[in-house]
Amino acid sequence: MLNVSIYRYNPEVDSEPYMQDFKVDTQGKDVMVLDVLEKLKTEDPTLTFRRSCREGVCGSDGVNISGKNGLACITPLSEAVKGNKLVIRPLPGLPVIRDLVIDMSQFYAQYEKIQPYMINNNPAPAIERLQSPEERAKLDGLYECILCACCSTACPSFWWNPDKFIGPSGLLQAYRFLADSRDTATEERLANLDDPFSVFRCHGIMNCVQVCPKGLNPTKAIGHIRSMLIRSAT
Amino acid sequence: MANIKTMSFDAVIVGGGGSGMRAALQLAQSGYKTAVITKVFPTRSHTVSAQGGITCAIASDDPNDQWQWHMYDTIKGSDYIGDQEAIEYMCQTGPEAIFELEHMGLPFSRTEEGRIYQRPFGGQSKDFGNGGQAARTCAAADRTGHALLHTLYQGNLKNETTFLNEWYAVDIVKNADNAVVGVVAINIETGETVYVKSKATVFATGGAGRIYASTTNAHICTGDGVGMALRAGFPVQDIEMWQFHPTGIHGAGTLVTEGCRGEGGYLINKDGERFMERYAPNAKDLAGRDVVARSMVLEILEGRGCGPDGDHVYLKLDHLGEDTLNAKLPGILELSRTFAHADPVKEPIPVVPTCHYMMGGIPTNVDGQALTIDKDGNDQVIEGFYACGEAACVSVHGANRLGGNSLLDLVVFGRASGMFIEKQLREGINLKEASEADIEAAMVGLNRINNSAGGEKASVLRAELQTIMQNYFGVFRRGDFMKEGIDKLNALRPRIENVALEDKSNAFNTARIEALELQNLFATAEATAIAAEGRTESRGAHAREDFQERDDENWLCHSVYFPESKTLGKRGVNFTLKTREAFEPKIRTY
Repeated sequence: MLNVSIYRYNPEVDSEPYMQDFKVDTQGKDVMVLDVLEKLKTEDPTLTFRRSCREGVCGSDGVNISGKNGLACITPLSEAVKGNKLVIRPLPGLPVIRDLVIDMSQFYAQYEKIQPYMINNNPAPAIERLQSPEERAKLDGLYECILCACCSTACPSFWWNPDKFIGPSGLLQAYRFLADSRDTATEERLANLDDPFSVFRCHGIMNCVQVCPKGLNPTKAIGHIRSMLIRSAT
Repeated sequence: MANIKTMSFDAVIVGGGGSGMRAALQLAQSGYKTAVITKVFPTRSHTVSAQGGITCAIASDDPNDQWQWHMYDTIKGSDYIGDQEAIEYMCQTGPEAIFELEHMGLPFSRTEEGRIYQRPFGGQSKDFGNGGQAARTCAAADRTGHALLHTLYQGNLKNETTFLNEWYAVDIVKNADNAVVGVVAINIETGETVYVKSKATVFATGGAGRIYASTTNAHICTGDGVGMALRAGFPVQDIEMWQFHPTGIHGAGTLVTEGCRGEGGYLINKDGERFMERYAPNAKDLAGRDVVARSMVLEILEGRGCGPDGDHVYLKLDHLGEDTLNAKLPGILELSRTFAHADPVKEPIPVVPTCHYMMGGIPTNVDGQALTIDKDGNDQVIEGFYACGEAACVSVHGANRLGGNSLLDLVVFGRASGMFIEKQLREGINLKEASEADIEAAMVGLNRINNSAGGEKASVLRAELQTIMQNYFGVFRRGDFMKEGIDKLNALRPRIENVALEDKSNAFNTARIEALELQNLFATAEATAIAAEGRTESRGAHAREDFQERDDENWLCHSVYFPESKTLGKRGVNFTLKTREAFEPKIRTY
């Protein structure tokens, strides 16, 4: 039997959060952490978490698994269990709504701040805008972000300044548009980021890189933005 | 007593997937007050899981490609019960809709010429089936749905659409004229119930693959739109037509794109034989999905399945080489390693046909207006009510959808619905206000769940429902067996209506949502079962052992399921093309 400890908090019932212990029979199978949560929810329907695609592309089920942020649906027990114990907590640093469900408003607000959409005021051609495979390759490792918030909620700089520091996820997306040959708003985008907090609160701790379930590298993208900012200032 | 909070909009879209956000974008751009009600944050919608691409004759791979060839393929793929007018509209308008997405920033893969990369998909041909395999599916690696959904969300942010994220639509509000004037919805975070009033209500609620035990669909695909429409007394069309995707990962159910076979992968049985050569000598592994799925099941039933239980076959990709796989199918490598514990670079992926797509749904015209059928058999527009995407049956997929056509459907008809509603709003929409009794009528189901005392757990009932559908209404179907399945559903109905909800709390109560979703799953499953038993022929995805032939004399038509009488009617298929003479039904071979 696997020992599972889960963060519980129902604002209508609990004066404060607590850890609840469960025992789960996994029949020795290396199932995913989400499978364990689903199994427990059949026994205790009050257990609350988000989930949708169950294959690591929708970004719903980011949680803190035995101390490390990740997606419950693609984290197998073999990676998450230590000493026959699995500990599941909400992603850290953002307010908890209930159990493993956090309030992601601040995370989304930072995403919206970077103008996460193509800006190109030139008249559009009758077909697609052309882009070479080399230009398109610059978007690889950027556009795949699923907004799960595993990175930003693992970032001490984001914990300190969630209202002012864009955070790794938002900055990865900022660079996704800066790097796109079809976008013409480079100057405007850089001007929006040019303050002591938005980008420069990144101290290269690289927790984001360590936890990203899609294997993306926000720190590298932030480095590119820094260089662009420095270049545009000189 | 209906002292319920009301919010008013010009247009409300229920569902934040591809079709819903495309419709919302159109309306938000025109300045109308538009809201999207979505039970998950928009980029968590199931469109995100689409992999291989969006099929459209943009003439990149082949400069001489024609949308008419795509139209022919789609009509043939539908086994001739797709509405030709709708298919013509989709294939002709498609390129414009794709270029709009590209201009919005969708990161398509590219050719050396800088154009959008297109790959071959099943059922595609040049020159009306005479010119060999076409490559017509526009792709962003194997993450096209993700790229498309994020691009649409970004477009909506730019145009300041109102998002009611993590709100759940419970039921339709109808006025005294039987017109739709909004929905009752729950704010999941607070539990507050609100009447969301609207001049136009668009259902973009997606599919219901979760009626089956084994599905590629996300947990959220619970047929909410179909359930709500049926409870409001509106019919659904061709709901017996469920696509089983040939390549779901054995055991996990997760999708492996048809693009794998488009890029040169193929299926093998336990003897290592490329068996599709026997079933579809020309198209082989790129025959229609229904054809490939049935061939796989036959291989398994005849003892040539793989694995210790002989219950799956293999998808072989290693011969394509690591570089190609990394460039073209990176997401598949990830999924296979995670869920099949197989590295496609070195070994084949164990796959099995898995429930994937609902071809049927709420009948609509090409403008997205939802239809009902009057007692003389004529189409009647339901005022105020629209549907698009998988929830709708417009019908471009008929009895079998071609790969890559779902994304095109949702973009083209999300857009068409938006444009038509925009025009209606400009001309002025006057619908009677809902009375208190009208609003209360939409609260009945919710109140019953909220007042539940006793009953069984939603998870247990859901699993039973899924098992019945899997066993009695799968790839191959038989009348006596389906009757047994219907009896089992009848026995399950009162238990599902009486589902337990012990937790009555308000804050993010997912148990309440699951109890409500279960009602929609059941409604969709029941309609599927009755329609499947009623269609006494084999056509497209609907394969009956007791009626093995296509019966054009009696069934070259849509089925229409009426919820109040639980009976099946028929509706004519549209054979009127604007640009040429119609395509007459032919024997369908690949």
